[in-house]
Amino acid sequence: MTDIFGIPLQAFLGQLALGLVNGSFYAVLSLGLAVIFGLLNLINFAHGAIYMLGAFLAWMGLTWLGVNYWWSLLLVPLVTAGAGMILERSLLRRLYGLDPLYGLLLTFGLALIIEGLFRQMFGVSGQPYPVPDALRGATNLGFMLLPTYRLWVVAASLVVCASTWFVIERTSLGALLRAATENPKLVQAFGVNVPLMIMLTFGFGVGLAGFAGVLAAPATQVSPLMGSHLIITVFAVVVIGGMGSILGSVLTGLGLGLVEGLAKVFYAPASSTVVFVIMALVLIVRPAGLFGRDK
Amino acid sequence: MNTEHILETRQLGKDFKGFTAVSGVDLQIRRGHIHALIGPNGAGKTTVFNLLTKFLRPTTGQIFFNSTDITSEKPAQTARRGVIRSFQISSVFPHLTTLDNVRIALQRPLGTSYYFWRSQNSLNQLNARAMELLELVDLALFANKAAVELPYGRKRALELATTLALEPELMLLDEPTQGMGHEDVDRVTALIKKVAQNRTVLMVEHNMKVVSQIADRLTVLQRGRIIAEGPYAEVSSNPQVIEAYMGTVDTELQGAH
Repeated sequence: MTDIFGIPLQAFLGQLALGLVNGSFYAVLSLGLAVIFGLLNLINFAHGAIYMLGAFLAWMGLTWLGVNYWWSLLLVPLVTAGAGMILERSLLRRLYGLDPLYGLLLTFGLALIIEGLFRQMFGVSGQPYPVPDALRGATNLGFMLLPTYRLWVVAASLVVCASTWFVIERTSLGALLRAATENPKLVQAFGVNVPLMIMLTFGFGVGLAGFAGVLAAPATQVSPLMGSHLIITVFAVVVIGGMGSILGSVLTGLGLGLVEGLAKVFYAPASSTVVFVIMALVLIVRPAGLFGRDK
Repeated sequence: MNTEHILETRQLGKDFKGFTAVSGVDLQIRRGHIHALIGPNGAGKTTVFNLLTKFLRPTTGQIFFNSTDITSEKPAQTARRGVIRSFQISSVFPHLTTLDNVRIALQRPLGTSYYFWRSQNSLNQLNARAMELLELVDLALFANKAAVELPYGRKRALELATTLALEPELMLLDEPTQGMGHEDVDRVTALIKKVAQNRTVLMVEHNMKVVSQIADRLTVLQRGRIIAEGPYAEVSSNPQVIEAYMGTVDTELQGAH
């Protein structure tokens, strides 16, 4: 068989693979948002800006300091997580007693500031980031040829998502985290340092965004706008998957990437809107999201 | 410092933007006692609880637990010393099972919580102890039910089980029988008496029948101040207390509830 529904098989699989790569970014980013939302009840609008920051930190590391891709992959998430924890300690913590909208506004403002700074410094044209030597070229999967770097993106994202899921759902630390998500005061009365837990959780979620940024650098142009372009779709993913659901955000992220890929094959103009159409449908049928729980 | 007292406060006070919720409270809880904190609505009982467990920061005064000044500690630090509280509004993890609720509490004192690489299967060793505690409060049959589905009285019983799981040296119960039917009240009263055998209990309680049955001493708060303290018989005949509670000296305190 060389075509499927009248579409050449190669093109079909190619778009699906591209969809899976996009889906991997959606998954890692929405996972970070879900982890943060679960414990902090905060919709982190700065998530896209931090993703962009991650990519730029990798670029600056390589261009100015000679820090290679692999070191960036390790260090940038730590740096962004550290910055996130300082942000949580210094600003977000003051807003916990208030309406969640304040947190949303604060992070939205931060996103604008970060993005504005980078636009000022680098313009909007974007900087190239070379694919690391080990991941150059293409890999033959038997049925199709795929750029090795894309395969790596999918594999690395899956490993990160699976590890996160494992820690949260299958370890004792995760059990405490889930308990704190349901009733932070009670966990605190048990003797768990909840403020510390909140700080680390925010740091972790933000670190995931930084990680996704480094991962994205060689795959796209490193541009100040890369975050705001992507994050809108990621928010739709979070809404479809269900706010705060870990597994939901990962599966929805990957799934919607594939759906977008499919849309490109069959009716390309729909590919940029299909996610939002699905979001509207899900909101009508299941307002809590596909994996969400009615509160 | 008196080692007879497990908990002591000196001139404890709390202002909320000019409103004095609690002031000049000198509380002394004797080791091994069931101590009741009573008073009309708005007397500051829950505020005192929040101060003792560090959920609120006192404006004035000091708190000593086992002769150590804990005034400036964080809630988790004080909890790890063995001061464990329940909340006035039923407080459970609604979407976890009854068994998991207790297991989360059991997990903490064993210190496994920070070894996150331990798989949850290693927590299964906690199941036996968790079931024991559930049996103690008569919840064994509900072990695999989500806590949110339990009837109100059972939820309160579950709280008692989770509090016990933490092996508190001092247990603070905020209205443990509130909103319960007669049968539940008697059961919980007996249960508190039982678990208090090797620990100290400080409880806020409105039900005078419960207080008269199990409290060794009681402290009466009114408008944030202590107006009486002593054994039930002594306090309940104090005219100031009767007036504070009933608004008139003619009524027997016994009936207040």
